[in-house]
Amino acid sequence: MCLVARHLEAAGIATICLGSALDILQSGNPPRGAFTDFPLGHTAGPPDDPEQQYRIVRDSLRALDSISTPGDIRHLNVAWPGGDAWRIEAERGDSSDERSPRDTEPRYQTEQDRVLAAAMAGN
Amino acid sequence: MSVGYIKAITERYEKLGYAAYQWVQANDPPPFAPLRKPLKDCRIGMLSTSGAYVVGQKAYFYKDDTSTRTIAATTDKRHIHFSHLTENYLPGPRRDPGCIVPVDALQRLAAENAIGAVDPDVISCMGAVYSQRRVREELAPSLLETFQSQHVDAVLLVPM
Repeated sequence: MCLVARHLEAAGIATICLGSALDILQSGNPPRGAFTDFPLGHTAGPPDDPEQQYRIVRDSLRALDSISTPGDIRHLNVAWPGGDAWRIEAERGDSSDERSPRDTEPRYQTEQDRVLAAAMAGN
Repeated sequence: MSVGYIKAITERYEKLGYAAYQWVQANDPPPFAPLRKPLKDCRIGMLSTSGAYVVGQKAYFYKDDTSTRTIAATTDKRHIHFSHLTENYLPGPRRDPGCIVPVDALQRLAAENAIGAVDPDVISCMGAVYSQRRVREELAPSLLETFQSQHVDAVLLVPM
């Protein structure tokens, strides 16, 4: 994401990178950042909470407007509902992370998606 | 204290026998394009790197997929699905795509005139591309061309 943001900015398009992994965001050093301290997968807010998602996008765009120092990362004032228990799992280096093989086979969310995509492609 | 993801994920991948992921380490100052107009007049685009696709589109694959998808902002959210290498982070987005593709929030800001307009298309890609060269040479130029054709003033980037 940060490589893309840098590429867009170099061509004159302003960007704001919203992220929930602060160390990864800092390492990529994007032109402007906004940080939500949430478990990964919920960058724009908890599921089924459109008000919180709205406030996060609003505050991200305010950061886009107000950051004047390249590389600044604005920490948004948010808290994950249900406390900090999620951090323990996120920090564990020995937790499970099973996934499909890293190959060139499209990974559909459902088998029906695969069938529909094939039909749309005329296969 | 924020979570140390680089250390935790590096250890996890090593334990599982996955190839090590190299995060970008940019030590040089980033380029910076100031907003050329007030936010309320800006046309905003959005990039989601969460591997989102619309049902009927081809899903992403996991080995350095640098392709992109166009998702109409009006798409029924139940039809936004995900294929992303980090499958363990997908339960939330699969329950409510708004927590990673916040297009409704962006449209509400436009309706309230907090921003000028939202492009009718959200752009999607799959963020977990191991090859930084391919991101630089393929994905980033392709996305630049897309956003230039949208005539957006700024882009909100939302990763997994």
